[in-house]
Amino acid sequence: MTANGNKPKFAMYWAASCGGCEIAVLNIHEKILDVDANFDVVFWPVAMDAKYKDVEAMEDGSILLTLFNGGIRNEENEHLAKLLRRKTKILVAFGSCACEGCIPGLANLCPVGEIVQTAFNTISTDNPHGIYPRTSYDVPEGELHIPKLAPILRPLDQVVDVDYYMPGCPPESHQIAAVVDLVIKVVRGEAELPPKGCVIGVGDSTVCDECPRARNVKSITEFKRIQDVAPVDPTLCLLEQGIPCNGPATRSGCNARCPNVGAQCIGCYGPAEGVLDYGARLISAFASVIDAKEPEEIERILDGIPDPVGQVYRFNLAGSLLKANMDAWRVKAG
Amino acid sequence: MTDQFEPTIIGFTCNWCSYRAADMAGTARMKYSPNVRLIRLMCSGRLDPTFVFKAFAGGADAVLITGCHPGDCHYVEQNYKALRRYLLLKRVLAQMGIEPQRIKLLWASAAEGAIFAAEINKYVEEVRALGPLHWGKSGNGSKPIVPDEAKESRTEVPA
Repeated sequence: MTANGNKPKFAMYWAASCGGCEIAVLNIHEKILDVDANFDVVFWPVAMDAKYKDVEAMEDGSILLTLFNGGIRNEENEHLAKLLRRKTKILVAFGSCACEGCIPGLANLCPVGEIVQTAFNTISTDNPHGIYPRTSYDVPEGELHIPKLAPILRPLDQVVDVDYYMPGCPPESHQIAAVVDLVIKVVRGEAELPPKGCVIGVGDSTVCDECPRARNVKSITEFKRIQDVAPVDPTLCLLEQGIPCNGPATRSGCNARCPNVGAQCIGCYGPAEGVLDYGARLISAFASVIDAKEPEEIERILDGIPDPVGQVYRFNLAGSLLKANMDAWRVKAG
Repeated sequence: MTDQFEPTIIGFTCNWCSYRAADMAGTARMKYSPNVRLIRLMCSGRLDPTFVFKAFAGGADAVLITGCHPGDCHYVEQNYKALRRYLLLKRVLAQMGIEPQRIKLLWASAAEGAIFAAEINKYVEEVRALGPLHWGKSGNGSKPIVPDEAKESRTEVPA
């Protein structure tokens, strides 16, 4: 540690997430050596051994940069978010979960009790004794605790003040590398940080703008799942082929990776610049291209999107204006 | 003063038909419930679904979308766009646990002041019967609960 004494401190933490963001960071290849050369990595549970109490013992504001990935699902996540906020100068909501809830945010469609039921008491679960997790449990050595679940999952900025957002599921490695380069330059005094609250490591338009597929006037008479379209035209806009593609509402920055390889955009880079509610923008986009005027015909076409919330809010439910299903909101503390 | 629930309804009108209908109801001194707060747009096709989500998240109990009758749109066919958005929006709101009656689409021409006023009165009573929506705020979500205590019944939940 003493050899690193003068280097700025770096931390990375995962809350409710899958670990893909950590892999994306390691996926910057040899650039990771620059991170090591320029930063003193003080806390990064997936990569090194460190205890929460070590972080608690640090001086407030002593960590220069924390990449926080994952949403806030339980007490432990919330504690760490608040702790790292105190200790960090530049807190980045890193990845879709921390920015807007991502896939774990879709659990906001159910009350928390139902989530526990699904995990411990479904036909596919072998739990003959009906064992459920308890938040405290007595063992001979003393009382053990596990963190309590919150009624809904929240993105990081609904819990603490966030300096920058870096969306993506996970953020693209070339974008991470660019951000790492920028921070290193800032540390050396060669560059300035963007204004607080910026979304970094992204483009300023939509995925459609980066997509090489040909676009014409869209008029859809049927929405289909991509596996039901045979063959998928490799050069034509996917939405024009009736495949619900989330490109029109999604922020650019990924070089339209999915449409480039023949899969529809699912929206992991979150709302494009100026979009307040991602799902609302997609509802607009999808409804606008439907070629029908009679309610019955419109309904028939809409049946082609069997899970509208899953389609228009796949990555964004917890960060949307409504945030969660009403039943999830209304669960009261136990 | 009575204790009855007074719903807050956000109503969107189009400049050319439904706003004129509301105007006509006003100049003809027709009374209708003050529960609907009207917001004038140039066209029902201008209605961004964001407005609806923002209304609910901000405390509205219902949202009323109004526009020209099909075929009468000042901008040719943007009201059909509003219709399609409304139908998709309804599906999304249903998944979010919002009763389908809390959003309504009403066509009203500039000559239909009386119909407009009557429909508003009818709708306010419908929403009053539904009760308040009380959409949650982010703070409400922060209270931790015990998963153990949350399980009320051990019914099968499809995975």
